[in-house]
Amino acid sequence: MAELKRWDQLSRGGTVAPADVAQPTTGDWRTSGKPTLDYGRCVNCLLCWIYCPDSAIVLDGTTLSGIDHDYCKGCELCVEVCPTGAIAMVAEEAL
Amino acid sequence: MTATLQEHPVLLTGGEAVAHAMRQLDPDVVPVYPITPQTPIIQTFSKMAADGEANTVIVNVESEHSAMSAAIGSALAGARTITATSSQGLALMAEVVYIAASMRAPVVMAVGNRALSGPINIHCDHSDSMLVRDSGVVQLFAENAQEAYDLMVMAPRIAEHPDVSLPVFVCQDGFTITHAAEPVTLLPDEAVRAFAGAYPADRSVLDAGHPLTHGPFAMPDYYFELRRQQTAALLAAHDVHVDVSVEFERLSGRCLAPYEAYRLDAAERAIVVLGSSAGTVKDVVDALRADGEHVGLLKIRSFRPFPAEALRHLLGDLHEVIVLDRADSPGGAPPLGADVAFALHGYATPVRSHVYGLGGRDLHPEAVRDVFLGCAPHYLGVRGDECLV
Repeated sequence: MAELKRWDQLSRGGTVAPADVAQPTTGDWRTSGKPTLDYGRCVNCLLCWIYCPDSAIVLDGTTLSGIDHDYCKGCELCVEVCPTGAIAMVAEEAL
Repeated sequence: MTATLQEHPVLLTGGEAVAHAMRQLDPDVVPVYPITPQTPIIQTFSKMAADGEANTVIVNVESEHSAMSAAIGSALAGARTITATSSQGLALMAEVVYIAASMRAPVVMAVGNRALSGPINIHCDHSDSMLVRDSGVVQLFAENAQEAYDLMVMAPRIAEHPDVSLPVFVCQDGFTITHAAEPVTLLPDEAVRAFAGAYPADRSVLDAGHPLTHGPFAMPDYYFELRRQQTAALLAAHDVHVDVSVEFERLSGRCLAPYEAYRLDAAERAIVVLGSSAGTVKDVVDALRADGEHVGLLKIRSFRPFPAEALRHLLGDLHEVIVLDRADSPGGAPPLGADVAFALHGYATPVRSHVYGLGGRDLHPEAVRDVFLGCAPHYLGVRGDECLV
C-alpha cells in the first residue's frame, strides 16, 4: 500500500485524478456466468450499452463491438433488455 | 487617495447596496431562493439582470439547500457564483455549506442576518451565521450599508485566491442594514470589474480532457488530513483579506481590514462586537471618553477566520474586555465571547460576556453605557433579569 500523505501533500479539497489511483478490474466479481454476444442476432440497437451500469459494453463509434469482461459484474441487465436475445450468459468454465 | 474614482453618495439600503456590488461584479451564475430579510438583495439584483445591467444566469431554485448545491456545481464548473440567504434558509442550507467549504468552492454569499426559529421571528440576530460557524467558510460582518457594499466587492478576491478557495459570507444585520437607507458611495462599474478580475479558470468539472473526482469519500485514513487542509485554507484567508483590503483602500480610500480598532489608545476597557451594533458602541465610547473614561471598541469584521493575534496585541493588557454576542449558546459560552476568551487565554485580562439583541431587540446606548460601567446582567435588556451589581 502506498505511503499515507500529509495534509499539505493532498490536492485541494482532496480531488482525485484517474492517474493518481489504482484501476482494479471488477470482472472477477461475476458469479452468474459471462455475457456472450451473438453478432448474428445483434441489431445494434445499443439498449445494452444504455443500460449497462458498468460501461462494459464497448462501442466502435456507434457500432457495438464487444463486452469488456474486465469490468462486467454479471448483473445480466443486457441479457434482460436485448430485444433479439443476442446476449446470453455462458458458464465461465465453458469458455 | 484616488478620490477621482469615487462617485457621489447615493441613498441605498444595505440590500440594494449589495445588489449594486453584484451588478458590478457581474457574476456568471446566481442560484438563489428568496427569504426575508435577504429578499431585497436578490429582488433588486434580479431586476438589474432582467434590465440587462448584468449578464448573470439567475437560477430560481426550489430551496436554499438547492441554492448552495447549484452554487457548488457552478463554482467548480468555472463560473463566478454568488448567492444569498438568511435565517431558516441558512439553516436549511447548512448541510451543503459544509460541503461547499470542503469541496473548496469559492462561492460568495450575501447574508441578511436574522434570528432562527423558534419562536418564528424575522428580525436580526447572528444565530444563523453561528449555526454554520464551524463549517469552514469565511464570515465577514458589515457595520453599515457602505461596509456591506465594500465587503461584497472584496469578497470574490478573497474567496477565489488560490490559497483560500473557500466560500465567503458577507453578513449584514437584517433590517437594521438590509432595509435601512443610508448614503452609500459606489465605485465606478469598471473599477469594480478591474478590481475583481477574472474568475480563476484553474479547474473545471466540465473539462472532460482532465477528469477529476470532486468531493471523494474519505475514510479515517484521510478525513482528518482533509479537514486540516481546509483549516489551513481558512487561516490563509486572514492574510489574503489584509492584502485585498490594502488594495481596496488604495482604490476607495476606505479600510476594510479584518477588524477595526476604535479609540483603543490608552483604553482600560473595551467592547468587542460584530455588525451594526458597533455604530452604537462608537457613540457611547465617544460620550464616555468625553467624560474621561478610558474605553474603546474592537469591531470584528472577519469573524472567521478570527483575528486572534490582533486581538491579543490590542486587548492583551486591558483591565477588562467585554464581549457583546448577538447569539447565544444555551448552556455554554456565547460564540464571540468564547473566541475572545480563548484568544486571551494565558493573559491576565478578564473577559466579560453579554448576550444582547436576540430576535431584533434593540441595543440602546444606555445599555452599552451600563455595560461599560459594569452594571448590566449577562442577558441585556431581558425583562426578568436584574443587574448583577
